[in-house]
This record gives sequence, C-alpha cells and structure tokens, in this order.
Amino acid sequence: MSTLEIKDLQVQVQTEDGPKEILKGVTLTIKDGETHAIMGPNGSGKSTTAYSIAGHPKYTVTGGEVLLDGENVLEMSVDERARAGLFLAMQYPVEVPGVSMSNFLRTAKTALDGEAPKLRTWVKDVNGALDRMKLDTAFSSRSVNEGFSGGEKKRAEIAQLDLLDPKFAILDEIDSGLDIDALKVVSDGINAYAAREGKGLLLITHYTRILRYVKPDVVHVFVDGRIAESGGPELADELEANGYEKYVSTPAAGV
Amino acid sequence: MTSIEELNPELKGIGRYDFGWSDKNDVGANAKRGLNEDVVRDISSKKSEPGWMLDLRLKGLKLFDRKPMPTWGSDLSAIDFDNIKYFVRSTEKQAQSWEDLPEDIKNTYDKLGIPEAEKQRLVAGVAAQYESEVVYHQIREDLEEQGVIFLDTDTALKEHEELFKEYFGTVIPVGDNKFSALNTSVWSGGSFIYVPKGVHVDIPLQAYFRINTENMGQFERTLIIVDEDAYVHYVEGCTAPIYSSDSLHSAVVEIIVKKGGRCRYTTIQNWSNNVYNLVTKRAVCEAGATMEWVDGNIGSKVTMKYPAVYLMGEHAKGETLSIAFAGEGQHQDAGAKMVHAAPYTSSSILSKSVARGGGRTSYRGLIQVNEGAHGSKSNVLCDALLVDQISRSDTYPYVDIREDDVSMGHEASVSKVSDDQLFYLMSRGMEQDEAMAMIVRGFVEPIAKELPMEYALELNRLIELQMEGAVG
Repeated sequence: MSTLEIKDLQVQVQTEDGPKEILKGVTLTIKDGETHAIMGPNGSGKSTTAYSIAGHPKYTVTGGEVLLDGENVLEMSVDERARAGLFLAMQYPVEVPGVSMSNFLRTAKTALDGEAPKLRTWVKDVNGALDRMKLDTAFSSRSVNEGFSGGEKKRAEIAQLDLLDPKFAILDEIDSGLDIDALKVVSDGINAYAAREGKGLLLITHYTRILRYVKPDVVHVFVDGRIAESGGPELADELEANGYEKYVSTPAAGV
Repeated sequence: MTSIEELNPELKGIGRYDFGWSDKNDVGANAKRGLNEDVVRDISSKKSEPGWMLDLRLKGLKLFDRKPMPTWGSDLSAIDFDNIKYFVRSTEKQAQSWEDLPEDIKNTYDKLGIPEAEKQRLVAGVAAQYESEVVYHQIREDLEEQGVIFLDTDTALKEHEELFKEYFGTVIPVGDNKFSALNTSVWSGGSFIYVPKGVHVDIPLQAYFRINTENMGQFERTLIIVDEDAYVHYVEGCTAPIYSSDSLHSAVVEIIVKKGGRCRYTTIQNWSNNVYNLVTKRAVCEAGATMEWVDGNIGSKVTMKYPAVYLMGEHAKGETLSIAFAGEGQHQDAGAKMVHAAPYTSSSILSKSVARGGGRTSYRGLIQVNEGAHGSKSNVLCDALLVDQISRSDTYPYVDIREDDVSMGHEASVSKVSDDQLFYLMSRGMEQDEAMAMIVRGFVEPIAKELPMEYALELNRLIELQMEGAVG
C-alpha cells in the first residue's frame, strides 16, 4: 500500500518584483492504483505543484508538506526523491548534448536500483520501450532530447516512465503539442504503466482531450493556487462543456 | 602518500590527483640548479653530440637570454629560472625491457599502466621519458622492418645525423620564441619518428613523460617526419608528482608531413598543478598532406600551447581538436594556429573548454590566409562551459586574411551548466556530482570520441574526479 500525500502545500517563486506566491495551500492524497488529474487555466499553479514535489530549485516551499508513504519528501534532494520512487515527466524536457539516451537511461536505472541493469535484458528492454512509443531504436544512440521534435520528447518521457518504473508518476502537460496519433501512443503508454501493480499517477493537463484516453479516478480543478473543486471523471466532462469560466470569472469582477 | 598533502595544506583544494606520488631520488635531489653556458656545454658533452648541435644550443641560450618574457597570455612572472634543474639523468642506460629499469622507475610506469598497455598491444611502440631522458624504448619488429624509425631524440641524433641536419629547427627556428630558444639550448629526450613513403602505422606509437624531481625542467624535443603517403598516430601522456614549488615543462615539437601523408598527434597533458607547461608545437604540410592535433590539457598550473599547422602545398589540411579543463588555480591558455600558404588549403579548429572552481580557460587562435592562397577554407568553433559562477573563460580569436577568395567561419559560445539540466538528470535519480559529470562528459564528447579508447576512458575518469564537489 503506497500513498502520496500533499498537505496544505504553499510555494513561492522569485520574480523581479520580489517573491510571488503561487500555491496557496494545496491538499490532495493519491493512493496507489489511482489516477488523479489536475486541470485548470494557465497560471493556476498546476506545473508549480509538479515541480515543487520533484524539488526544482526555482520553487521555494513556504508551508505544508509532501509525504511519500509517510516520509517527508521536501527534506530530500531531487535525486533522493527520485530514488524514493517519484518521477516527473516534463512539459519541456531539456537537451543534454553529447549524452546518449542509452547511457542516460542506464545511468538513471543504475542510480535508481542501486545496481546496474543486466546487460542481457537491458538492451531489449530499452528497445521495447522505444518501440512501444513508436520511436525508432536509433533514438537510443542520439543525445538526450537533442533535436527531438516536441512529440518525440513527450514520447521519450513516457519511454523513461516505462523503463524506470517509479512508484508515483507526475506527468506535466504530457499531452501538449501532440497530434492525435501521438496522443494515442502516449496514452497507451500511460495506461500500461498505470495498470502495473501499486502505481499512482498524477496527470496535469490544460485540456480534457487526453482524459478520453486516460481515465482519471479523481479530477481536481486548480484556480489561483488552490483546488477549487474535486470530483469524479464527470467533472472533466463538465469542464469540456463549460470551460473554466465558472471558476475564474467572479460576478464581483463584472465581466 | 597522504604526507604530501599534510605537509602542504595549500594543496587541499585541488581535488584528487592520482599521479601525485613521487619516487625517492638522490640524483634529482642533488641536481644542479640554474642555467648558464657551462650547463649547456655539460649537457652536450654528456650526450657526446656533434659540434654543430652544441653551437645551436649556445645560440639558443643567447636568444633565450635576450628575448623578453611574453606579456600576453598567462602570468609567467613566478617562474624562477635560477631555481630550475635543467638536466637530470636518472639512469645510465636505456632499457629495452621494463625489468631492466631501476626498481622505482619501473614501479612508476607500472602504476601508470604503461607496460600493461604495451602488453595488450594497444600501442605499436613505447617510449618512456623519466626526467631528462628516455629510459625505456621499444618498437614492434615488423614496423622496424618496414623502415619505420622510432627512437628517443638523443639516440636518433647519433644514428641519423643527416636527417637532423636537414630538418632539426626548420619548422620551429631556434629564435621563434623565448621558450623555443630555451628548449633548443637545453633539450634532452623526446621522440624521433620517421615513417617511410607509403607506410601506414596502423596502431599508435606512444610516449610517456614523467617529471619526478621537484623544480625539474623537462625539455623534450620531438621531431616527426612522415614521408609521402605515409601515416602515423603518435600519442603522448604526461604526469608529475605534486610538489609545493613549481616545475617547468617546455617542449618543442616539429613535424613535417610530406605530400599526401597524414599525421595525427594526440596529447593528454595531465601534469600536476605545480607545472608550468609552455610548449611550442608546429607542423608543416606539403601538398595534399594532413596534420591533426588532438590536444587535451587537463593538468598543469599554467599551460600556453597553440599547436600550429603551416599549409604549404595545395589541398593540404590542418585540424586541431582542443580540449581544456581548468580547476582551482589553473589557467589553460590553449588554442591553435593555422597558416594557409597555398591555394585550396583547408583548416578546422574545434575547441572545448571547461572551467570550474575559479579556474580559467582561454581560447587563443590564429587563422592566417596568405596572399595567393585562394580557394582556401577555414572553420573555427570554440565552446566554453562554466561550471560555476567564480570561473572564467575568454576567447581571443585572431584572423589575418590577405586573399579574397576564401571561406572562413567562426563561432564561439560560452555556456553554463543550467539548473534545468542538473534538475532533469537528478530527477532521474542521479546524484548531483554524477549529473554534473554527465553534462561535462557530454559537452566534451565530440573530442573524447576522437581519443584512443584508453585515453577516452581516462578522460572520463578525470572528469568525474574533477566534478566531485564541483557544485556548491
């Protein structure tokens, strides 16, 4: 039994005008076997939630806690969080020139498992993961994300999810910039991961499109650094029909 | 070996240097310091040289005294020429087998893994220079049968004086610069290679240079002649013990590549951080010939080195791949020089440097296209990577083009290791040092892949050591 608990998480970032509060107290709990979706308009703090949990230095946690099976994640370094079982698929994965995907994946796998993967099966595993994402196996000798199209980067992120096999995965706008075919491929990959024993998933998205393929158990609507509403998958359908208008335009604003 | 560090706490910051041990040595300890005519005459007479070489040495000494210290590049003001030991003879006889070497010298090379590399046939010939002279020398028999000459320069002068009269000092004249004059006056050791017409030496010839004595000056002299359509790859490595006061390494390397020949010269310089490394390297290429410098500068306190290619015949090609690391207290002032003196010649320079811990890297390069060298092409790419906020990198590109019909490209970049790159790799479970080393390895990969396998591995290992604790 595995749980990721986010309790009253408050986060700020440094801006030119001083610190700015982005998350104003976010609370949610994901149990293994569950898929949660976070939806919301731009600037509502969705991605901040993802990067804060993973520990990006740009974000300063000012309050609350994040517990993975009771362990305080916020006291861990980025790599310790990964080794504890967290994974973040990024919206804009960076390029690492001169480092081959295969070297990168093997090093990551070794770091996570504490021992090098067995050579005999590893190459097959890598090729299988790339193949499932409809990426040519030649990608394993290319530099990490370098010269990848937007869609290829997203597919490579899911191939990593497949291979690195974390306990909890946070996917930040994995659907943005994907055409319909790529969206299906990526969704298949996500579903295959979610179907494994003991996995939890937090899917962050701006659009409801991906939720046709990846069915969430719980949907949270983010507005202005807080969860404005949580519900079942039907909440996504409602957002599909009505958008975020009801959350963002208040009568007092007169618009 | 911890005692060296304990005695010299100022060395603590330089990170781990695995070659920093020293051998016990009475010869080195008792060697004479300082330079004058007697020292030069003494070296020459110990080597029983022909008179013309002594004359050349004395000319070198005069020019060395007369020429001012270079005021550009690195700060050389701390070099105390009177404190340096200009000649140390560590053993009376050159060995043909590792077993014949004095025990402590043999142990040194064992620790450095040189006999092992030879045993595994990773190299076709080995020269090992310890202090001033080459103490071990061996070449594969089949190469010798094909007429390939691979000797230490002292022996070569005795056995092939006619080649020395023809070529010695023709590529780098005695008075080329202060340090070429110094080298000419006190040179000792180094490699001499002659590859006959059409002969391809398929695996590299290797030389290994070791300074053991504190305040030692090592002045090897290398001369390589690659005859028409021949090929050779020469690889050199250098290490020294860690001492609290400075040593000097000032080599001169002259290379002649004849029509259609090709020479590749790979250096992995990993002197300890108390060595001034001031080296003049230059090649001339005849028509259709190719010269490739692969120049790795990892160690030393100060390096000033700009391997040059003079493209003297049509369609000659020059290439330099340069890689430099500078940590705390280090300045790597390295680059390349390409002189296009004939039509349709081409050159390319790829320079990558990494600075950390307050270290400083400089790229300094010259592209010169002479009048009449029409149809020539040159491309320069230099990238610097700064690992932290306190390190420094500069680029000094010089271009002198006296011909209209040429194509010239120059690109330079300075980048920092980004938080996002570190975050990305760490979010996949890698520790910070490991992530940093991976980014740096990736940055230098275009050059690392050109290195012989064992040197590429060595480079990777050195990067890992350098990056330990690199991030604040």
